[in-house]
Amino acid sequence: MSIQVQNISKSYKDNFAIAAVSFDVKEGEIFGLIGPDGAGKTTLFRILTTLLLANEGTATVAGFDVVADYKSIRRSIGYMPGKFSLYQDLTVAENLSFFATIFGTTLEENYDVIKEIYVQIEPFKDRRAGALSGGMKQKLALCCALIHKPKVLFLDEPTTGVDPVSRKEFWDMLKRLQQRGITILVSTPYMDEAALCDRIALIQKGAVLKIDTPENIISKYDKTIYDVRTKNTHQLIQDLKEYPSQYSVYAFGEYIHYCDKTDDFNSIELENYLKQRNHTEIEIRVSKTSIEDIFMDLTTLNQ
Amino acid sequence: MKRFIGFVTKEFYHIFRDKRSMFILFGMPIAQIMLFGFAITNEINNVNIAILDKSKDTKTQKIINKISASKYFYIEQEISSEYQIESIFKKGKVKAVLVFENHFVKNLQTQKQAKVQVITDATDPNIANTITNYVNAILQNHTQEINNTNQPAYQIQTQTQLYYNPELKSVFTFVPGVMTVILMLVSAMMTSISITREKELGTMEVLLVSPLNPLQVILGKVFPYIFLSIINATVIVVLGVFVFGMPIEGSILLLAFESILFIITALSLGILISTLSNSQQTAMMISLMGLMLPVIILSGFIFPLSSMPLPLQVISNIIPAKWFIIIIKAIMLKGASIEIIWKETLILIGMTLFFIVLSIKKYKIRLE
Repeated sequence: MSIQVQNISKSYKDNFAIAAVSFDVKEGEIFGLIGPDGAGKTTLFRILTTLLLANEGTATVAGFDVVADYKSIRRSIGYMPGKFSLYQDLTVAENLSFFATIFGTTLEENYDVIKEIYVQIEPFKDRRAGALSGGMKQKLALCCALIHKPKVLFLDEPTTGVDPVSRKEFWDMLKRLQQRGITILVSTPYMDEAALCDRIALIQKGAVLKIDTPENIISKYDKTIYDVRTKNTHQLIQDLKEYPSQYSVYAFGEYIHYCDKTDDFNSIELENYLKQRNHTEIEIRVSKTSIEDIFMDLTTLNQ
Repeated sequence: MKRFIGFVTKEFYHIFRDKRSMFILFGMPIAQIMLFGFAITNEINNVNIAILDKSKDTKTQKIINKISASKYFYIEQEISSEYQIESIFKKGKVKAVLVFENHFVKNLQTQKQAKVQVITDATDPNIANTITNYVNAILQNHTQEINNTNQPAYQIQTQTQLYYNPELKSVFTFVPGVMTVILMLVSAMMTSISITREKELGTMEVLLVSPLNPLQVILGKVFPYIFLSIINATVIVVLGVFVFGMPIEGSILLLAFESILFIITALSLGILISTLSNSQQTAMMISLMGLMLPVIILSGFIFPLSSMPLPLQVISNIIPAKWFIIIIKAIMLKGASIEIIWKETLILIGMTLFFIVLSIKKYKIRLE
């Protein structure tokens, strides 16, 4: 096991940031922590990167205890905090060589690890880091976190504030790093990125709701979700919420996602009901369940 | 060692690329020393005065000549009546008026005394006071000259001799003072700000999750400032000596040693401040309020400590700057050697050790 977390709890004063969280990350796995802002992802990262002490529970990273062996952990992990944390007044090349030196290595020595990513930012190597675009900054930060060939890579919301194209490129890079045997723990508030992980933990309000592969989470989901659309979207939400057997109703892109309590749900009945309420251009179809739907379900149940 | 050099190089990049730090580091010391040296001074030179000579005899003329010959006074005008005094003061043309009484020579010969009235514009009390003293000195000097030829029976002569600063140049107190303030500012404020900046930008998080140990981070942060502070101290001393004629009576080596000691004291204070604050703003406020004010007010730099109320005098003992000012004044002006200032030196060393131990205890290897 590359990362083992057992019953970790952390509270600030009286507020629980995370409560009794447990999970394991296998070696060479991309493990995603999926949850909204404030779910406790960053706290968990800081505990695992030895920056915070948990109130309860134990955890190991790369076989080292996060409290007793914190020094060994600091030598064997790469960490990319949520906030862009490189030196804005240093150039790309200076940032890289600084992080290489403090980890006791050089750019040349480990060039093969970062090569693929570095070639993309190399044309800008004399530019100050503060003047880079969001995607470039992310690539530079990843290079800096990888420069010492870490065994485990911690990426706290690496794609927040990055454009969709760069986000995709970023995930492609993670896949290639994984092939080098690097274990990656990544957090994201974007549900669509969940499907790119090998396994995910859905977390909300400091508690883990579910841990599984994205495929299993979707296939094990027993409810059917319907895409509903009419001309008057606002009124539709109101009316669906008043439908007697409704389980959940929420906007999802251009459709409203509707889930029913009963197993013998009949879409014709719903269509008639909506017609009675003067809806036109009614469209009802079975939706392809996504992680986000499951997350919505879990969090509404949780409340 | 390679790590350390890498870290220090990075620090120098930060300093040289930030215009504000560059200004504080190099503009400020020069500006301050020039300001204190030239603008803020208690000495008087070429003060405009007026004369009201009611007697107009040989004796008064002689005294007037003597006064106008000194570089301190310039006789702006002679007036003829007391009514004019107020109006010329109001116009602000002169700072003082000397009034010689009627029958000056006659009084001197018959009653063995004659009177000169010195009227000063006391809207600026310091200047008024200094003018009175200077006029008194000139008149006394003149009286003595007369007495020497007349040989009276008894006479007590005061012979004043001003050691170490015979001309009472204010720059002699300002150079050590400015040096202390600048070293405190550069060392304590700049280091505390540069450490808290890493916390604020989040780079401290990355530094903590690196194999660097706290000592390496702190030393790497502090080293460039030791180096720059030494340059600063040198610039101030060189300016003091060559521009203002400040002497260095004692050993330059001892002066250098004591200055480096004080720089380290200030740096350790800066580190301590950075462990207590999480933002550059707080660090700056603590440095300015907690360090600069006491350094300026309670160190004896501007206001003499001996004339302060007892509680303030007691508090001044915990201010490192006070001891450093005593030390450099002793070295530069009195030529003191280490046998004389060992006590102050030991106090500074003690304070430094205390701050360092406290900062190491307070330094966090984690985020909270």
